[in-house]
Amino acid sequence: MTANERVQTASPGLRAWLMADAPESGWQAACGRAYRGWRAFAGNPLGLMGLGIVILLLLCAAFAPWIATADPTAQDLTIRLQPPTALHWLGTDRMGRDTYSNLVYGSRVTLYIVVLVLVIAAPIGLLVGSTAGYLGGRTDQVLMRLTDIFFSFPRLVLALAFVASLGPGLNNAIIAIAITAWPAYARVARAETLAVRKSDFISAVRTQGASSWRIIFRHVMPLSLPSVVVRATLDMAGVILTAAGLGFLGLGAQPPTPEWGAMISVGRENILDQWWVPAVPGMAIFIVSLGFNLLGDGLRDVLDPKLS
Amino acid sequence: MAELTNQPLLQVENLSVRYVTPTGTVDALKKVSFELGREKLGIVGESGSGKSTLGRAILRLIPRPGEVSADRMAFMGQDLLAMSKFQMRQVRGKQITMILQDPKFSLNPVMRAGDQILEALSIHGRIGRREGRSRVIDILRAVRIRDPHRVYNAYVHELSGGMGQRVMTAMMVVTNPMLLIADEPTSALDVTVRMQVLAIIDDLVTQRGMGLIFISHDLNLVGSFCDRILIMYGGRIVESCRAADLNKVTHPYSRGLLDSLPSIEHPKPVLATLKRDPAWLEAP
Repeated sequence: MTANERVQTASPGLRAWLMADAPESGWQAACGRAYRGWRAFAGNPLGLMGLGIVILLLLCAAFAPWIATADPTAQDLTIRLQPPTALHWLGTDRMGRDTYSNLVYGSRVTLYIVVLVLVIAAPIGLLVGSTAGYLGGRTDQVLMRLTDIFFSFPRLVLALAFVASLGPGLNNAIIAIAITAWPAYARVARAETLAVRKSDFISAVRTQGASSWRIIFRHVMPLSLPSVVVRATLDMAGVILTAAGLGFLGLGAQPPTPEWGAMISVGRENILDQWWVPAVPGMAIFIVSLGFNLLGDGLRDVLDPKLS
Repeated sequence: MAELTNQPLLQVENLSVRYVTPTGTVDALKKVSFELGREKLGIVGESGSGKSTLGRAILRLIPRPGEVSADRMAFMGQDLLAMSKFQMRQVRGKQITMILQDPKFSLNPVMRAGDQILEALSIHGRIGRREGRSRVIDILRAVRIRDPHRVYNAYVHELSGGMGQRVMTAMMVVTNPMLLIADEPTSALDVTVRMQVLAIIDDLVTQRGMGLIFISHDLNLVGSFCDRILIMYGGRIVESCRAADLNKVTHPYSRGLLDSLPSIEHPKPVLATLKRDPAWLEAP
């Protein structure tokens, strides 16, 4: 029996198991739900493309030492500014560093930034939004006006100001971006909280003597979390662009850390004669933000029942 | 000690709730006074008569801009109105609890039923996971759930209405409160399930010696289930009587309520409708 035949004979049973109208266990129901979600997502070619790009980025970051052809920080001034060759697949920059290897290692920095920003910003936004929405009154006013102040600045400008005061560097850039990213999550979390704060089950916990904090942490937050997560996947592209912008201005990752924005900045002087030096990292930023955007859109379509 | 046991569970004197809004003042409760011992007290009245407001006012859960005032509102001798927010939270859930109307809405949709009952226990003092679980299973058995381990792990949408209301009841009695307020606990259930849930509440109240305030608009139900009945209209108690004497009530509103009920023994071609007298709102 060939592998192909085996797949065909096994798949109807598995499919029937996944699509069962009356699943026998919670585990089967959860699998079925995930499978249906995947089917809906797979029907969206753009979303799949985004997923592909993001998976590629993850693989790049995970296997960077094996994929890269050279040490990203090794300089060799005898081979400066080379066009793409068999040895240097995407050329070299003005220090003679291999652009391809830099790009591969840069994917680690990009992911590091995205993940840390979300890990910092989403909980802050969730906490502020849920507290404001649940307590209402003056607390709501103060917290949401604070949020509005953060909203009223363009993101990059505010991040610039924070990095300028914290000092340039990768970790400070992450903190600065996180500080500018939380207001969006606070708004989403507040909207979700307003929808549930008057529900009977919240009254029921109150009649049992639960304190406001307990209600916010244990009963309100779990309900506003999904919306915040969806919003966060949509925001990843923006985070990458802001990080690249800070890197380009020399306020993000410092050389020799291979960061895409900083790579563009290094290649900027050669843009007319050796255009590929800044263009390659630029394309990488463009493709990865596009990938995150498409993935976010696809996920939102699947996860948000209001749109389907 | 003798004095303590003779003391009524709840004493309410001239309890008023008023909402002052820009569009005018609404008196939801007007100088309501009653006492409650370890008995089953039914409160009946039409929609908007202040029944639910009364229940919430006892727990001091009237939302802003509502104002609660009373000459005296004491629970086992403690003045509820003088308590701090923190002290009040100790009373809620531990000494007085409230069963809400519809279990579909009054249980958290994203928490397992058992964990929600456990939450009630853990609010009032730390409790170990294993001990908590066994107490939850016990209380689920006490509300006559046949398969408590399955129900422990179920979410609300996986339970029927009657099961949900039993879980709700379990959640409210697991802390052994002294007073249970049931705000139309059976109005979302069908007739047969209603009787089961009522029987469970009845057993729990009798076994544990709790006081019960049973809020309902179903006159016959309250008449057969409770010891004493308060009839409310327009935010005040118009009449109070023993349940056995329900047919001997004198106030025209109470009479009107009784006359508008269909009866299988005395069928009438046209049921009487209530004729409301504005004077009822003023005079007691």
